[in-house]
Amino acid sequence: MELYDIIFYLFAAITIVSGIVVVNAKNIVHSAFSLLLTFFGVSGIYVLLGADFLAIVQIMVYVGGILILLLFGVMLTNKITDVEIRSGSFQVFPAIIGLAAFAAILFGVMTSTNWKTESFEIPATTTFQLGRLLISEYALVFELLGILLLVALIGAASIARRDKE
Amino acid sequence: MQEEIRNKKLEVGLNHFLTVSVVLFSLGLYGVVTRKNAVMVLMGVELILNSANINFVAFSRFGNFGINGELYALFVIILAAAEAAIALAIVLNIYKRFANVNVDEINNLKE
Repeated sequence: MELYDIIFYLFAAITIVSGIVVVNAKNIVHSAFSLLLTFFGVSGIYVLLGADFLAIVQIMVYVGGILILLLFGVMLTNKITDVEIRSGSFQVFPAIIGLAAFAAILFGVMTSTNWKTESFEIPATTTFQLGRLLISEYALVFELLGILLLVALIGAASIARRDKE
Repeated sequence: MQEEIRNKKLEVGLNHFLTVSVVLFSLGLYGVVTRKNAVMVLMGVELILNSANINFVAFSRFGNFGINGELYALFVIILAAAEAAIALAIVLNIYKRFANVNVDEINNLKE
């Protein structure tokens, strides 16, 4: 076991344990906070895969943006008088059985497939290459995503605004 | 000899990353199908998107495809941000109409 492997197992454990807490916690706010740990774990895995820019984007967009949005959603859709924000689950046992079978199938396919892997060098930085691809090969996708974000911004604002009485 | 084999298995490769991704995907799907609160369903969707992203980056790195997989993961993150904003706007509207956001009680589109 090298240091790389130990760090990988650490981040994988953080990701999976906090993922379990996310889907099982009774209190939604607890779920939201363990989602934070999951995102950190995933961003650590990105670093181990040599995707440094993606790891930073993961922390900035997911933790700084999406998680805050989700917390706003939790706070705005529960009455303040409810001291404990609880949310139940239903169909737990059928879901566990079905998804365990599903995960087992995925795992079996994964282990039985002979993936063609090549050893890789972790590059010092990927930001330069990503930026160059964005304005050359993927320029159209980049523009379309810009338009999509604008549409989502206007759409979200117009859906969520209050109706005039 | 046995020690060596065990070390070989513990050495992190593509399958280890894919395993994390499988577990995260199943957890996300479990959250989507079992939780009642709509915001919790959204959190499950975020877990699923993250697991897909791990796959993109892992295959891009181990398959030696250069940087393209990372770029697609970046696109997924952008789409996830747009999705979260729209979905929360819809959840707020559902709350305004039904006074709760439990997906098992929401059964009509208009009064």
